[in-house]
Amino acid sequence: MFEKISVILHSVSQQMVMKLKDNIYLQLFSTFFKIGSFTFGGGWAMISIIQREIVDKHHWIEEEEFLDLLAIAQSMPGILAVNISTVIGDRLRGIKGSVAAALGTILPSFIIILMIAIFLTPDTIKNDPTLTAIFKGIRPAVVALIIAPVITTAKSAGINLKTVIIPIAVALLIYSGWPVISNPVVFIILGALGGYLYFTRHQMTQRKEEKKC
Amino acid sequence: MLTTYLRLIWAYLQIGLFGFGGGYAMLSLIQRLVVGNDWCPTITSQTFTDIVAISQMTPGPIGINSATYIGYVATGSVIGSIVATFTVVLPPFVLVLCASHFIARHQESAVIKGSFMGLRPVVVGLIASAALLLMNKENFGSTSMEVIKSVAICLASLGTVYFTKIHPILVIIAAGIIGYFIF
Repeated sequence: MFEKISVILHSVSQQMVMKLKDNIYLQLFSTFFKIGSFTFGGGWAMISIIQREIVDKHHWIEEEEFLDLLAIAQSMPGILAVNISTVIGDRLRGIKGSVAAALGTILPSFIIILMIAIFLTPDTIKNDPTLTAIFKGIRPAVVALIIAPVITTAKSAGINLKTVIIPIAVALLIYSGWPVISNPVVFIILGALGGYLYFTRHQMTQRKEEKKC
Repeated sequence: MLTTYLRLIWAYLQIGLFGFGGGYAMLSLIQRLVVGNDWCPTITSQTFTDIVAISQMTPGPIGINSATYIGYVATGSVIGSIVATFTVVLPPFVLVLCASHFIARHQESAVIKGSFMGLRPVVVGLIASAALLLMNKENFGSTSMEVIKSVAICLASLGTVYFTKIHPILVIIAAGIIGYFIF
């Protein structure tokens, strides 16, 4: 009797496991959940791991298509890791797939940080002398971690003596705290608009020169 | 209470919608729209730095981490976390879907190419402003002894991150240990 029941249960559970394994939404979710749980440093650190899992391991997407999707994810605002999981999920299974993939990326960090927020509120740090001392050491290091990418992004953006005025002006105006003009949103809009106008004018003059030749 | 939620949603909608240039560039938006605003007095410059530190030491993107933490601390409820995280993700989610459906070869378009060319130097400025705004009394201390120790830690960390391949997490842990002994 018990043997029969256990055999039936065993086969049922195996069937369920098979079904779950076949469910692409669940696969998408669990793959991105795994990636989200183990990548530190966000953004670009995540991209290479996503590429390894999605392109090399699961063969869900070709290398070339991955680069196209990455271009889409990059050209939109927001969090790069979430954007790339959204396009991959969408490419594989439409909007439902994109929700599954994006949720998988978001949930691990959401759960971990929520736990930390509940147990480590600003007041807990303030009222504990040990934590206060530790964080006093950590804060200047964090500032250093933000200064470092200023230098590296300035290099990769090809900043030269002529264009260096742009980041300096942006940084100082935001730092000034003056109304309206210290809002980063203003500079993001101005930067995009200015770049577009410069680019189209540059293209037009190029075309004119080509016609002359 | 309702106004706190509305302000939280408004702030994170903007952070999601204008968050170009990656996590570090997003910091300047979070700083401007959240830190020191009257609707969330608990989020000080110090707390903000601590969130960045925690984000570095835990997996996941800084945009999600900050939304979850600030959402919880500002409202004192898990719902605040969910609301902030959802709002920071929603606008880019919709935009990304539209982009992948309607603009097939959009990376060739002048709008995208040109505006990104213009955004690149701005992003450098955004990150620099985030660093500048964090160099204050709250993060570097108020007595001259504290400032000297903090600046030393900052310079040592900068040198380590810039010149070696030592992972930022290790730098933060080391700074925490040093802090424990010297402060």
